[in-house]
Amino acid sequence: MNMGEPKVSTLITFRNVALGTLIVAASLQFLGSRDLFNHYYLHILTIIGMNIILVASLNLVNGYLGEFALGHAGFMAVGAYTAALITLKLPLPALLRLPLSLAGGVIAAGVIGYLVGLVTFKTVGDYLAIVTLGFNMIIVNAIQNIDYVGGPRGLTGIPKETNLMTVALCVVLTYWILRNLVDSIYGRMWLAIRENAIASELIGINVNRIKNLAFTIAAAFAGLAGGLYAEYQQFITPKSFDYLRTTDILVMLYLGGMGSLSGSILGVVVYTLLMEILRNVLGMIAPQLADLRMLISPLILVIIMLTRQYGLMGNREWRWLQPKRKEVGGGDA
Amino acid sequence: MLKIENFSKSFGGLKAIDGFNLELGSNDIHGIIGPNGAGKTTVFNLITGIYPTDTGRIWLGDAEVTGLPSDDLCCLGISRTFQNIRLFKQMTVWDNILTAFHQRIGYGFWDAAFHLSRFKKRERQISVESLEFLERFGLAERRDELAENLPYGEQRRLEIARALATNPRILLLDEPAAGMNPTEVEGLIGLIRDIHRDFELSILLIEHHMPVVMKLCQHVQVMDFGRTIATGDPHSVINDPLVIKAYLGDPEEIL
Repeated sequence: MNMGEPKVSTLITFRNVALGTLIVAASLQFLGSRDLFNHYYLHILTIIGMNIILVASLNLVNGYLGEFALGHAGFMAVGAYTAALITLKLPLPALLRLPLSLAGGVIAAGVIGYLVGLVTFKTVGDYLAIVTLGFNMIIVNAIQNIDYVGGPRGLTGIPKETNLMTVALCVVLTYWILRNLVDSIYGRMWLAIRENAIASELIGINVNRIKNLAFTIAAAFAGLAGGLYAEYQQFITPKSFDYLRTTDILVMLYLGGMGSLSGSILGVVVYTLLMEILRNVLGMIAPQLADLRMLISPLILVIIMLTRQYGLMGNREWRWLQPKRKEVGGGDA
Repeated sequence: MLKIENFSKSFGGLKAIDGFNLELGSNDIHGIIGPNGAGKTTVFNLITGIYPTDTGRIWLGDAEVTGLPSDDLCCLGISRTFQNIRLFKQMTVWDNILTAFHQRIGYGFWDAAFHLSRFKKRERQISVESLEFLERFGLAERRDELAENLPYGEQRRLEIARALATNPRILLLDEPAAGMNPTEVEGLIGLIRDIHRDFELSILLIEHHMPVVMKLCQHVQVMDFGRTIATGDPHSVINDPLVIKAYLGDPEEIL
């Protein structure tokens, strides 16, 4: 199809990028454990990985489906608490602790997401935003009032099961599934609903069901990120999952670009690095300046949104994340 | 094929549709005409379940389908186009058609999530089928363009193609010739004739262009202020004094 193309770009396929990510993550993790790689960098990379899962999954709802959901951190909370409880309370063999607790977090968040979605998608637009924000608050407040999970004090002493390697593995898995879905009839139906809900219904799409499918998947992956987070930080409180966390996720999502899985990576990386670089640079000049980053980075965000309305990668993809289907038509070229 | 008995619909105090009846045989082409605001599009919206009716019942074949939601009605075989084109603008021409193939996609969620073999097999088959479909409508060359970048006439054609991709028994066309020049209208008449012949379906047509109605429809129903004021074959209808008064104005001008 694409003749005369340099060889390097044909090497950059999804599989190779995924493999490369895993190898690099494993190496850095190994070097870190031998104190040969800066632990601070290791930490930043791990946070970036978790945020990519959060942002990419929210992209399904806010980008591909074109709704405006504001409660993503709530589902992260469900995943985090479920996973934490499983590792803390169940006598599991060490090898199974991480996979089973993460699976528990994913399922719990997915179920809650599905139930919330049943109610939520009776509304659209601004009302949907408010309803999802409300659910975020309800989930956080509910956890705050359950003594069994530590109430407002949170849960402590969660075993550390997560590191850069496991996060990288989860990111790759998330991206594989999300890309598969986007590149299937489900992805097409999500886009169709975004483009024209009435026309979608009239070609026979059960709009609410398909919307809720996206919402449930997004919630399940938020649960995955929550589980990773709990077992990385070893300490969670309800406050870690309030609307401020949701806002952070949204900012990275819009910065990267809606409806683009590449954008979700780019948005997280750019925003996280920006915050950290500003923190360090300003801190070097004068320690009291470090908080200025809270002023500068939103400003940069505003400038980017004004100059690039659809974010860095809105509705475009890097080649290795593009859908593969076109072989039929491309055959004659 | 399609039978409607006594449809009525009010919006606030306005009686938009009042006692609408219709009987559409299989393989009929049936026209609905009437001045602006007569309630033609509202009838379409009632048939396709966009609005619930206040009174009245509707049958598709032998089954009553009153009150079913739009997506179920589509799966039962009612498909339509819109007066103001409603394409999936930011999607490619091909994806517009592929989306409409969703009922016969033949794989499930887990097949898609993990790209299992059934997914790959069915996607390949559906790609071929949809491409043939695009060729049938002269849109295959345009398959990778965004729908919104097509010229107007091709957007209309794509919308009709998308409606047909759901494999309907009844096709509702809401002013398909709106905004077309005479050459495009001729092409459209040919296209509708071909569709009618090849897809073996009944067509219900709203149209202002009288030549389209005269050439295509065996039967015409004239509406004014939500009521049906005349029905019959096209020639007798346009000579009906009531119709002339309500809608056609000076008959010289039309013919």
